[in-house]
Amino acid sequence: MFSKPEKTGVFIKRVFAEMVSVGIGSLPIVIIVSIFQGAVTTIQTAYQLITPLIPKPTIGTVVSDSTILELAPTITSLVLAGKIGSHIASEIGTMRINEEIDALEVMGINTSSFLGLPKIIAGMFMVPVLVIISIFLSELGGIVAGQLSGVLTADQFIQGARMTFKLFTLQFSLIKAFTYGFIITSVSSFHGYYTQGGALEVGESSTKAVVYSSVLILLSDYLLAELLL
Amino acid sequence: MIELKNISKSFQGKEVLKNISAVFEQGKINLVIGASGHGKSVLMRSMVGLIKVDNGDILYDNRVLDFENYDELKEIRRDIGMLFQSSALFNSASVEENVEFPLKMFTKMSKEERLDRVNFCLKSVNLENANKKFPAELSGGMKKRVGIARAIALDIKYLFCDEPNSGLDPITSRVIDELILEITNNFKITTIINTHDMKTVLDIGDNIIFIYKGEKWWDGTKQQIKNPDNKELNDFINASFVL
Repeated sequence: MFSKPEKTGVFIKRVFAEMVSVGIGSLPIVIIVSIFQGAVTTIQTAYQLITPLIPKPTIGTVVSDSTILELAPTITSLVLAGKIGSHIASEIGTMRINEEIDALEVMGINTSSFLGLPKIIAGMFMVPVLVIISIFLSELGGIVAGQLSGVLTADQFIQGARMTFKLFTLQFSLIKAFTYGFIITSVSSFHGYYTQGGALEVGESSTKAVVYSSVLILLSDYLLAELLL
Repeated sequence: MIELKNISKSFQGKEVLKNISAVFEQGKINLVIGASGHGKSVLMRSMVGLIKVDNGDILYDNRVLDFENYDELKEIRRDIGMLFQSSALFNSASVEENVEFPLKMFTKMSKEERLDRVNFCLKSVNLENANKKFPAELSGGMKKRVGIARAIALDIKYLFCDEPNSGLDPITSRVIDELILEITNNFKITTIINTHDMKTVLDIGDNIIFIYKGEKWWDGTKQQIKNPDNKELNDFINASFVL
């Protein structure tokens, strides 16, 4: 898998193509999920913090911290596991049952590296980018929802978000995203690559890729929290 | 020349190839015939290194196909072209990109040189105006021809064809046969074809091996197969003719 590519130029082009597929291709779903995630979190947090003893900006603090620490990286990655994971597994799985992978092997190409590695690199770079976008949009969704519902003003939300902000929180979030990017793409590539049979088995591989990626994301979420916080 | 020395392969205790030895000569069309499920495809896939054999040696012009040494395996594979039963074209790439792919990966040709070579290969298989088409737009026969064009894009020494006529009508089958014959003669390559089409055997076959229940049951030439002294081969041949 991690061997030297047959042709560096072709490999780099494939990495960029996969980055576009993983990054740009997933942008619409990330935008939708993130905006609503921020909006709902704001309204539900406000609903729970009803006492006048707690200042309004606290809602911004809670929403912002939970978004950066957990919601943006983990929820976005779980959504991406469904979107990217099933795509990768079915793409590689279909290539397997159509003998395209055998054709590459016979040509003398290291297929696991040729097919899997560009996707893994793309995932490790693009999932953190998508998570940063998700953080930004979730905060934006929170601000808009707070404003529209009259729960708190944009200034109060931003004041709260800045009050307890630590750079390490963001770094931790990106470490998670980087790990999840690796998990989603490698697990899905593995299940696609070892597909055997026909169309039905491609579907099974695709489902397995999503399920295993999701479980591993949750497991690594816990482990990273234990190790780094 | 490709030489097989006592090749054996089992899957979950079931012996699929039993001690097969054979020689496939250069510049000749070597046919492996036999009924479905008797080991032809396993033999071919073993020969190109897709399946690791349990025992025996496979020699390409005295170079041993070493399954443990991936770099050597890759070196030998670069002299191999293979036409798969399903054609195995890259569905997301056009005809031109399919044929160009091995050139892109293994040569230092410029874009223009690659395109010249692609056009030459497509011309060799009578597909001059299909460059921009995608596999989904092609008929079964056209897919096979693109598969052959891709297989010969690099200067190969060995051409493997796994049931090149399967799923094709009799006329297109003859076109594919003629094409394989022409390519074998023009490029002086060692061609091995898996088939159960007796018309192919009689039209273009030079040397023939009959596989029965994983064993090499009979071998001989096109002339010899017309009067075989072997019951199983006789049954196989007789079952092939309708009239």
